[in-house]
Amino acid sequence: MFLSETYRKIASDGIWNNNIVFGQNLALCPLLAVTGTATNGLGMGLATLVVIIASNGLISVARHLIPSEIRIPIFVLLIASLVTLVDILMNAWAHELYKVLGLFIALIVTNCALLGRAEAFASKQPVKHALWDGLMMGLGFTLVLVALGAAREIIASGTLFANASLLLGESFRFLEVTVIPHYKGFLLMALPPGGFIMLAFIIVGKRLIDQKLVQSKVQAVVLSQAITE
Amino acid sequence: MKLDPATLERLKQKIAVYREFLKNWLEPSNLAQLRPKLEFQTGVLAGFALIASVLLGVTNCSTEGTIQRRLDEDLIKSLEEVVPSALYDNDMLLDTVNIPSAEYNIGANETTVYIAKKSGNVSAVCFKFIAPDGYSGAINMIMGIDRDGNILGVRVLSHKETPGLGDKIEVAKSDWILNFVGRSLDNLAPAKWAVKKDGGEFDQFSGATITPRKSVQAIYRGLQLFKAHQAQLINP
Repeated sequence: MFLSETYRKIASDGIWNNNIVFGQNLALCPLLAVTGTATNGLGMGLATLVVIIASNGLISVARHLIPSEIRIPIFVLLIASLVTLVDILMNAWAHELYKVLGLFIALIVTNCALLGRAEAFASKQPVKHALWDGLMMGLGFTLVLVALGAAREIIASGTLFANASLLLGESFRFLEVTVIPHYKGFLLMALPPGGFIMLAFIIVGKRLIDQKLVQSKVQAVVLSQAITE
Repeated sequence: MKLDPATLERLKQKIAVYREFLKNWLEPSNLAQLRPKLEFQTGVLAGFALIASVLLGVTNCSTEGTIQRRLDEDLIKSLEEVVPSALYDNDMLLDTVNIPSAEYNIGANETTVYIAKKSGNVSAVCFKFIAPDGYSGAINMIMGIDRDGNILGVRVLSHKETPGLGDKIEVAKSDWILNFVGRSLDNLAPAKWAVKKDGGEFDQFSGATITPRKSVQAIYRGLQLFKAHQAQLINP
């Protein structure tokens, strides 16, 4: 492997083991609010990814300066200013993208996962690790958002990545698929309760996979012991 | 101003001293000693707040004009959608009239009407209005009306209706909103300004009746607003 042990550990934590949604059960508010479609999930995920990398990096750079007694106000101040900066700059220089993502940017402030990463990781780790952790946590969050959005979208309206070309540009029109033609639609899944239900299914799915992994590991150990005996 | 070598040398030494001081001060071991001190904590918090507010202030000031231009471009784009370009040769953003609209329940006490003029004569008007009672909040719309009161076009600018059901009011999702082109208070009786379920002229969507119903009603109120001020608007 080209990645050292530490980086691999951070990556597997961020994407799977300690995933923001699966592992930490954080950020459920923005998660349920925007995952009506896979495209919206992707948009929110990408916006969060950028902000969490920046906030992790900044906080790690300043970690020796920040006294533990007042760390929370400083983290909140940094994250809120960062989100506002991204919001203003995008509105001015990437206006088309802003019209699609603008709604999500402001929601990032309410995303406690950023504060969680600042507190649990970035404030104690060197900058390189903090940036990598931000990237991986952001990717893991994006994956869950897209998976949840895709599942809800297919069940709710029979399409996948509808309007992806509005978010990513015309060249991504191929992503827009009608999975079930002439589908009548299932309203519940498009509404917030559907988000809760689908999230529960996805979390159960993740736990089942984890269980399977543990079992196969145990079996392998038992088998190897049996052979050596 | 020209510096002689001696002064330059002294300046360099001074800078080196300051850099050395800053480097030592920023050493983690030094900061670890400072962190528990109240003065340091106050200073750090104030410092971060100062940096954050300066950054935000500078960014805001330097992008204000750009953002306003972008918003104007958006507005022009939506005006062009509902008023055919053959109908005007003026800058509609500058040719505006404000009319009171509190009694029409279209979301604002005063509505800015953009006037389209062709060689100096008013050919059409255009204004934004709001259906305040959509299924999940306000539906922002824009409408172009020719000087005789016929609808040239209606578009939804933003809304929070249910994705996949109520969002068929967007022209990107369905051509429902195009049914309004050519309608006016004269060629469609008041009772027909409703969805078919209510005995009117316009389709509802399967699974979503409230969204189209409230949109039709808001468009109807918008036309009434135009009619009440027609004389003033087309003969400035």
